[in-house]
Amino acid sequence: MISFNQVSKRYPGGFEALKNVSFELAKGEMAYLSGHSGAGKSTLLRLIAAIERPNTGAVLVNNQNVSALKSGALPYLRRNIGMIFQDHKLLFDRSVFDNVQLPLQICGSDHKETGKRVRAALDKVGLLGREKSNPIALSGGEQQRLCIARAIVNRPSILLADEPTGNLDAEYAQEIMNIFNSFHQVGVTLLISTHDTGMLQSNRVRVITLKHGEIQTAPPVTQEGSGQAASSKPSVLSAAEGSGL
Amino acid sequence: MSALSQHAGVARVALRRVFASPVAGFLNILVIGIALSLPAGMYVLLQNAQGLVAQLSGPPQISLFLTLDANADNIAQLRRQLARNNAIGKIEFVSRADALEKLGQSNGLADVIAGLESNPLPDAFVITPKITAARSLETLRDELQKLPYIELAQLDSAWAYKLEAILEFARIMVLILTVLLSLALIAITFNTIRLQIMTQRDEIMVAKLIGATNTFIRRPFLYFGAIQGLLGGITAWLIIALSLYLLKQPLATLSQLYASNFALQPLTFSDSFSLMLFSMYLGWLGAWLSVARHLSRIEPQ
Repeated sequence: MISFNQVSKRYPGGFEALKNVSFELAKGEMAYLSGHSGAGKSTLLRLIAAIERPNTGAVLVNNQNVSALKSGALPYLRRNIGMIFQDHKLLFDRSVFDNVQLPLQICGSDHKETGKRVRAALDKVGLLGREKSNPIALSGGEQQRLCIARAIVNRPSILLADEPTGNLDAEYAQEIMNIFNSFHQVGVTLLISTHDTGMLQSNRVRVITLKHGEIQTAPPVTQEGSGQAASSKPSVLSAAEGSGL
Repeated sequence: MSALSQHAGVARVALRRVFASPVAGFLNILVIGIALSLPAGMYVLLQNAQGLVAQLSGPPQISLFLTLDANADNIAQLRRQLARNNAIGKIEFVSRADALEKLGQSNGLADVIAGLESNPLPDAFVITPKITAARSLETLRDELQKLPYIELAQLDSAWAYKLEAILEFARIMVLILTVLLSLALIAITFNTIRLQIMTQRDEIMVAKLIGATNTFIRRPFLYFGAIQGLLGGITAWLIIALSLYLLKQPLATLSQLYASNFALQPLTFSDSFSLMLFSMYLGWLGAWLSVARHLSRIEPQ
């Protein structure tokens, strides 16, 4: 579903955010992207959604070379990717309902269908009763959930989450992880960046660790065979901890 | 159907934005209305002036002075020839005797004329052409000059040239004013849209992130420009209609004093329609230019 092939990204000014990164994420797979802040997690996610373009290498999404897409084709790529931002990027000039409605308006779905889908998405994240509120009236956790509702209302096949639990306490964070797990169960491909090592421990999921822009450990840890996954955990965790978090 | 209702939705959003801050929105529309009412109002006056001048000065005439050796037969034949010409309306024959008599009456030259040994005046035709354009009148004059027994074909054209020169001058002035104020209108819309894009920066960024095409993002701004332009055009129309209404009574009094029944004609239906369509187009164009310039700079980060 998502494939990085020797991708490097250097920002103007010489900072090298990603160095020779290669990995693959299969369809329906769920993985954490871990690493210290500044390790290149956000950059990696942004390359998938073509918010930025790599200097070298190829980023493939659905067998499509994203880095070679014309700008006119980008909207159609992004419609297939639900993005969850650490800073939510909600619009405070409209209601919760209208925030979630935006992706559907962009795709031009009809009115009746829109209402149904928005409520289904809000229901999924437990905000059904708040559709008329302004997002500013929501707590941090609720805002994050609203952002998730907006990302999934379009039923994308890929979900990217950038530090979705970054500012939340453990209870809220667990709630959100449960939501992600439920998407995983219905076959959505998920890539979740986090520096929350506690979360990595509590969920048996593949972890891709970045350190100074490079992939730290060999990623191929399949989810079948939990014993295998468990055995690979310590090395991943030590890598994450060793990165100065 | 879905696409149509989507456009209707965007139009509704745009209309709400025009009056999001009522005072500023109304002032913008008023400025556009005033800017447009100037050239459009001058155009109305110009149309009226054309009618008035034509009414006051009467139709143009061509005088055909015959050679002194033309006899009655020649004259009758010439008359038949003139009658066959489609461009000629009325034909009036003034015999040399009549002409002499008229001259004596009108200018008090009776004594002088009485002293003349013979009548120095030629027979003449005074014809009224059906056409009025200066250029075609000249062609007709040249054509008539070539007929037999015509000494001189004289086009009473000085007034026509003067009139046309004045009207041409006014027309160019209206044109210049139209161009300048249209540019002003485009500039007003350009700036309004620029401010809107700046205030909606976040929304545009988020929309781009979740897969909005440029067409989608552009659409409400274009609608905004077009709606604002249309409302400005309607305002201009109202300003002109009100001005004409206010001028009606004084003008009627004035024209009565001159024993004329001249009345100002308002904008025709098709002119009104053109005015509003033009104004709407300018608003749309201003918005389009602004969006093309400012939207591409907003990229998600």
